[in-house]
Amino acid sequence: MNIILIPFEKVGKFVLYTVDELGSIAIYIGESFISIPEYFINFENLIDQMIFIGIDSFWVVGLTGLFTGMVLSLQAYYAAKIVGVTYMIGPTVALSMVRELGPVLTALMITARCGSSMASEIGTMKVTEQIDALEVMAVDPYYFLSVPRILAAMAMLPVMAVLCSLIGIIGGYVVYVYFLGLNHITYIEKIYQYIELSDIYNGLLKSVFFGAILAVISTFKGFQTTGGAKGVGRFTTQAVVLSSVYILFADYLLTSILF
Amino acid sequence: MIVLQRLSKSFNGVKVLDDLDIEFGEKQITVVIGRSGGGKSVMLKHIIGLMKPDSGKVLIGGIDINALKKKELNEIRKKFGMVFQDGALLDSLTVFENVAFPLRRHLKISEKEIKDRVFSVLEDVGLEGQDSKMPSEISGGMRKRVGVARALILNPEIMLFDEPTTGLDPVMSDVINNLIISMHNKFKFTGIIISHDISGTFKTGDVIAMLYEGRIIESGTPEEFKNSNNPVVKQFISGSMEGPILI
Repeated sequence: MNIILIPFEKVGKFVLYTVDELGSIAIYIGESFISIPEYFINFENLIDQMIFIGIDSFWVVGLTGLFTGMVLSLQAYYAAKIVGVTYMIGPTVALSMVRELGPVLTALMITARCGSSMASEIGTMKVTEQIDALEVMAVDPYYFLSVPRILAAMAMLPVMAVLCSLIGIIGGYVVYVYFLGLNHITYIEKIYQYIELSDIYNGLLKSVFFGAILAVISTFKGFQTTGGAKGVGRFTTQAVVLSSVYILFADYLLTSILF
Repeated sequence: MIVLQRLSKSFNGVKVLDDLDIEFGEKQITVVIGRSGGGKSVMLKHIIGLMKPDSGKVLIGGIDINALKKKELNEIRKKFGMVFQDGALLDSLTVFENVAFPLRRHLKISEKEIKDRVFSVLEDVGLEGQDSKMPSEISGGMRKRVGVARALILNPEIMLFDEPTTGLDPVMSDVINNLIISMHNKFKFTGIIISHDISGTFKTGDVIAMLYEGRIIESGTPEEFKNSNNPVVKQFISGSMEGPILI
């Protein structure tokens, strides 16, 4: 009897856990944003976070974009050469970067760099009673810690995605012209011909959602942290893994709606 | 006046507070003693609204704080200062910034006034010249004193101390106890101290209450406490393993 019930029990537990987790995230988002009209936005923290997520992430995002663009150009060349359409390498690189890889890779890199930092910083504050201390000092921790991070991520992700895509296109150009020895005018002309403004807008819109997802999940996991140093590690890992999975899931949903 | 009425709280089916009733007198220091893990800190967190009870009321000046909205609760919290067990200093800020933090958040005063008030309270707690240090660069006793300075900076009506001498050597414990007494004489706050430091309890407390199995089993002046006939109180004060307290 038990053997028959075990799989149902596991499915039930998973469903309950998922519903509980999603409900908690919804309440958390509500509580975070309810504080905005009450206290207005904490601009000092917002600017700090925008610098952290944006300017400080430039190199990691730039290098990701550069190598991705270079490898895309190289891979596209092998396929395009067979059917004789090497002139399509530019649009392939540009469209892949702008519509898909720029926003997604930027979000994943910033999740790894900043999401982990958000979760561990807030998690450490939680286990060392610093969050309690903020509450006792009548400072809303959501207003003080969450809202600036969420808004900064939503504002900076599109900027970083544009940079990532642009550097990727430049990387593709370098390979196309200097390693493959193809015509640089064709690369640029064909990009202009095939890329549309809506590709860029939709890529930016995706980035705004990705920014919200990574910051909400990471700060939420920070606030959930219990269990000392080990707990900080565990919840930080959860933050990065869950953010990445939700970003990829949201990417599929948004791509099917927007494009 | 702070009143806890029939306060109950359970964690995973274990009752930590069980219909607890207590009143804390104004301008007095009440020390609540009891076993480690006996619910003292839980009680303190209910008083400041960090935890919500399963049943019962927490009345601050006649207002049930659990019936308040977040913003109203924050207004009540401005009357409080709290010193945490390990200081709970914001570790990304210097000593100065930690003490100035409540001033910057709640008062619209000039930078000069902030500096004057911070340096004055740092002097009160004996931390002159330590203002530029980070919390990680100072000792446990100094962190507690910074915690006291931060809690006092808004001249609160009520001060809560969560095991202020735990983890300190006897000399530093005495320094902290004297600091609490001198700050109480200066600022005239209502003090609630959670402790299991018996000598410190008799030194600082105007009233002593003992929490045992989720309830207050004895309450009185230090003298009354010393002469108590309650076997649990007698065993706890003597620190003996033999007696009715279940280990």
